[in-house]
Amino acid sequence: MTVANSILTSKWTKVFVFLLCLAPVGFIAWNVTQDPTSAANPALFLEHATGDWTIRFVIFTLAITPLRKLLHLPQLIRFRRMIGLYAFFYLCLHFSTWVVIDHYFAWSEMWADVLKRRFITVGFTAFVLMIPLAITSTAGWIRRLGGRRWQQLHRLIYVIAILGVIHYAWLVKSDEHKPIFYGTLVALLLGYRLVVWIINRSKRAPARAAGSVAPPEKLETAETHI
Amino acid sequence: MLIKPEHELTYSDVTPKSIYKDRRNFLFGMLAATGAAAAWKGVEALAPGRVEAATTKPISGFTKWPSSTTEAETPEKTVTSYNNFYEFGTDKSDPANNAQNFNTSGWSVRVEGEVAKPRTFTLDDLMKVAPLEERIYRHRCVEGWSIVVPWIGYPLSALANLVQPTTKAKYVAFQSYYDQRQMPRGPFAGIQLPYLEGLRLDEAMNPLTLLTFGMYGETLPNQDGAPVRMVIPWKYGFKSIKSLVKITFVKDQPPTVWNLESPREYGFYSNVNPNVDHPRWSQATERRLGDFFRRKTLMFNGYGDQVASLYNGMDLKVNF
Repeated sequence: MTVANSILTSKWTKVFVFLLCLAPVGFIAWNVTQDPTSAANPALFLEHATGDWTIRFVIFTLAITPLRKLLHLPQLIRFRRMIGLYAFFYLCLHFSTWVVIDHYFAWSEMWADVLKRRFITVGFTAFVLMIPLAITSTAGWIRRLGGRRWQQLHRLIYVIAILGVIHYAWLVKSDEHKPIFYGTLVALLLGYRLVVWIINRSKRAPARAAGSVAPPEKLETAETHI
Repeated sequence: MLIKPEHELTYSDVTPKSIYKDRRNFLFGMLAATGAAAAWKGVEALAPGRVEAATTKPISGFTKWPSSTTEAETPEKTVTSYNNFYEFGTDKSDPANNAQNFNTSGWSVRVEGEVAKPRTFTLDDLMKVAPLEERIYRHRCVEGWSIVVPWIGYPLSALANLVQPTTKAKYVAFQSYYDQRQMPRGPFAGIQLPYLEGLRLDEAMNPLTLLTFGMYGETLPNQDGAPVRMVIPWKYGFKSIKSLVKITFVKDQPPTVWNLESPREYGFYSNVNPNVDHPRWSQATERRLGDFFRRKTLMFNGYGDQVASLYNGMDLKVNF
């Protein structure tokens, strides 16, 4: 085991990463009380800041698999569930800001927005899609669903990431730099998976042609993805 | 790009030698470094704005306009910290941070076009065209927030009467100062610059249309459109062009930047209208900066008595 992997397996590292993921809450709270620009329109600032951190954490989650393969740090997997749940945590803060501060529980008004404003439609869809992922993030649910079905379900995160970027791009007035930046990262991270999938498929195809018995399910064991 | 050269990576971001030597992994080392830089940018974006002491000067000898709103003024700190001035960046904090060194010395304003007496005014001359008044106006941004500001200026009609528009003049075109050396964020604004705005002649001559030199008793801070701007209180804020250098009386409806950027979303008139939604959000309500709850948006921002007659017989859903 490399030094890096032994650091990654330390329980203190997990505590450290847990607290680090919580740090944006501190930044946001500090800004909304201390920074005059953020304090001028706290509702909008909270909406934007929690939205920004949601897409960032979705990207961090998507980065785990490529990074553990390319940096030879398989133990990075220990943080994926936590980071993914943090993405959901920031998404819940984002959604709550919209419900409580922006619309103050005016449900019919909000539902009208979900139907009428396409950037809210896609954002709301991403929120709804993420709920089952958060619920089924436990070991018990992985067992109940079975590794393969669990993994198929959790591929929804690819859709969620794309919806998140579209939500952002449709919201901004004219300066598209941030959505383009996040969109590029999502495209790279999903592109990596596409390339891996194509390579694996082309490796398998000749094997099958030769009559080899290696069903594709067996190649993607739970170990690599959970 | 988002990543500016001055935000240098630290040694902790340097790709380790073992990875550097591994060609296959180099690209993803880069990705990690980009991620770290992006995270830093995110942290930096959350840090408080570096707002320095403004270079404003008190204005003396203005009278108080009797028709000012009696609503509570928005705190000056809010109005100088929360700005849309895309020449200096698109975040609300960017203008306060990036416009501090904006050099407005030797300012002049050219007034020309279909007028009998075209003329270039120095700022001092321009300020003396008519008596200055303090007018407390509601100001409603198209984004759904609003402020109440004590502006100092005089009606644009006073300037128009001086240069004498000809009978051919039907519209007034306004142009902002634009210099990339002073406004390096301009190319990333996502709108074409210099900023252009326009009014119909009767709108420009309306007594509410204010050529504005100051606010809160002082000259305009850079981020609020120093040294001279327009304020048109019954229209969305983007119509109130900042850092004005040219006023042209013209025959035809002039191009305006937000209309060029997205004609479906921003009309030439852009009157505050709670009944015509922006395609992406409702305009029925607004949040007064400093308030927790939204309030109802008023037709013509509450100035209907003075301006509604300008639009008699017009379908404001078509001419939005």
